[in-house]
Amino acid sequence: MKQFITFVRKEFYHIFRDARTMMILLLMPIIQIILFGFAITTEVKNAKIAIYDPSKDISTQRIIERLQASDYFEVTRYLSSSSELNEVFKDGKVGLVVVFSDKFNETLMHTGKAQIQLLADATDPNTATTLTNYASAIIGSYQRDLMSQTNIPFQIIPETKLLYNPQMKGAYNFVPGVLGMILMLICAMMTSISIVREKELGTMEILLVSPMKPIYIILAKAVPYFFISCVNLATVLLLSVFVLGVPIAGSLFWLIIVCLIFIVVSLSLGLLVSTITDTQLAAMLVSGVVFLMPVMLLSGMMFPTENMPIVLQWISNIIPAKWFIIIVKDIMIKGVGIGSVWKEVLILCAMALVLIIVSLKKFKIRLE
Amino acid sequence: MMLKFLLEKEFKQILRNSFLPRMIIGYPLMAILVFPLAANFEVKNINLCVVDNDHSTYSRQLIQKISSGGYFKLTEVATDYNQGLKSIETDKSDIVLEIPSHFERDLVRNQNAKLMIAANAVNGTKGGLGSAYLSSVVGDFSNQVRSQWINPSQMTSGNSPIIEIVPQNKFNPHLSYSIFMVPALMVMILTMLCGFLPALNIVGEKESGTMEQINVTPVTKGIFILAKLIPYWIIGFIVLTISFGVAYFAYGLIPAGNLGIIYLFAAIYILGVSGFGLVISNYSNTMQQAMFVVFFFMLILILLSGLFTPVESMPQWAQLMTTINPLKYFMQVMRLVYLKGSGISELGSQLIALLSFAVVFNTLAILSYKKSN
Repeated sequence: MKQFITFVRKEFYHIFRDARTMMILLLMPIIQIILFGFAITTEVKNAKIAIYDPSKDISTQRIIERLQASDYFEVTRYLSSSSELNEVFKDGKVGLVVVFSDKFNETLMHTGKAQIQLLADATDPNTATTLTNYASAIIGSYQRDLMSQTNIPFQIIPETKLLYNPQMKGAYNFVPGVLGMILMLICAMMTSISIVREKELGTMEILLVSPMKPIYIILAKAVPYFFISCVNLATVLLLSVFVLGVPIAGSLFWLIIVCLIFIVVSLSLGLLVSTITDTQLAAMLVSGVVFLMPVMLLSGMMFPTENMPIVLQWISNIIPAKWFIIIVKDIMIKGVGIGSVWKEVLILCAMALVLIIVSLKKFKIRLE
Repeated sequence: MMLKFLLEKEFKQILRNSFLPRMIIGYPLMAILVFPLAANFEVKNINLCVVDNDHSTYSRQLIQKISSGGYFKLTEVATDYNQGLKSIETDKSDIVLEIPSHFERDLVRNQNAKLMIAANAVNGTKGGLGSAYLSSVVGDFSNQVRSQWINPSQMTSGNSPIIEIVPQNKFNPHLSYSIFMVPALMVMILTMLCGFLPALNIVGEKESGTMEQINVTPVTKGIFILAKLIPYWIIGFIVLTISFGVAYFAYGLIPAGNLGIIYLFAAIYILGVSGFGLVISNYSNTMQQAMFVVFFFMLILILLSGLFTPVESMPQWAQLMTTINPLKYFMQVMRLVYLKGSGISELGSQLIALLSFAVVFNTLAILSYKKSN
């Protein structure tokens, strides 16, 4: 035991000596939380739009004023001829063009019908749909004001309640994902690389001839990263509560237990990678390509898994982070008890067990 | 002459590595085939739980209409609201629709009725959009009921003006998300393979001590850097060409603009990111260190590039940060040329930006490179 502690101390020295890496490890969660909490939003605001208005009458003026007044749009360009319509999108500075028909007001008042065309740059389908919907709603409100206010019979009035996140903040969705990614990054990636590093530099040989059991040498390497992960866990939770205003609705105790289970899963993944690779580059690529990419893409952290093709949904099931994110969302944000997520917790525990057994097996073979 | 030998060495090193050549072919394939399938913000397949307290003809018609629309999947029928809430808690459904008792009676007698929609808004976009869709289906239904009860000539009576809105989606009429993602993903692939691999390569030489050996030879700094750069340039062009092929075969995506422009911008871009990679490797002592610095910047650069979310929607400070992000400019170029067929005259600002990055990073790289410790 005393030897083990000495080894752990050695590993701590290794990490503390490399101030730059250390700083990045501690800064990373802060930067991620701030970016995901404030900068990354699928909402569309201040979109630049252009107007083609050949009639320039009272109705078109009013509609343009309304578009301009909303938070969504910023009218940046007025086109002078319809020939510009084909070129206006090419420098990528305009997302939507509102095209009024000729003699708009006259047609509207006389025939009771006039046309507005909404040309959207649909290269980004998300933004295109959103902008078209916003603009239609604003034009629709103008039209409703024109109509005499009559009582519309047979109305069904839906009353909408947004549960857990009434302000629809993006942070509620991202915090559990960021937590999963950080823990994964530090436990799996860092651990795997620091073990392979000793192999590549040849110092592993030296360690292996020491009286310590090889498995303890490996474990000693995991301990410092475990501690750094705990610090990061605290950082993420504190920032999300006090800076982003995402409360911890459920039990803090269970939240931490689940995080610890996930840390164990990630650490064992890291150990597994280090037993199957020989160079840092390979370890980095395996943990980057095989772990981090799928975690970012397939875990449901950014993109909803339900939209993916079935095969990817199957693959997502073997990604531990997916289950972790579900549990954290449920406990932290929805505030449900551990009883509602026991299945997911069991899956995580099973994954931890399998990973530990496999990496121990692999590890022994290497030493013989 | 010296350059030729050095290049030979670099290519041998790359080809000898068991991982790199596979990565160079495999990474673009995987990224372009898998990423767009996964990276999709679209909201569909919303699971719905219905609490029908009325059990009337109208309530049944409404449920029928909602579940046949395609957006919603009726996954559960609960007996009361609490049971519905439970199904949201256990993730079985995303939205609960509660139809109150006397729904039909109210609708017919009082001419208006109420409904309750409760959506899981942990994912705000999904909760918001889902409940908005549901409300609009309910609105359609009430129009339907109205037209059954009121005679149609009454409906259009009066001279209320109607503004007809004609939406049109340019460049991507089927609103396919992959078409939007693929060109930008090519930028990400190029950045990973041509920017950061050379960074790790040089640190690797430092760590294994071969750098010392090169430093004592008469090789000049310029030649050394060039020998490191040229292979990745070639790799970059190979990777880009593979990506074009995959984009065509998998998504039928043919560039609307000139491919030559893309290669030109790629050449400048690779120079820029490799320069950035060199700076990182000059300041790091170990691969581990370099890798983490790379990872740190990659994350910020990708998130602030407009790959997933539009730059215009970011807060002012974040938009300011994106002005020094080369990924952003090259992604704009890719999307503009590939999807809209923009020409070089429309890409002036991006060209200047990318050229400046190339100059700044490479100058920094040369300044920070020390031949002796």
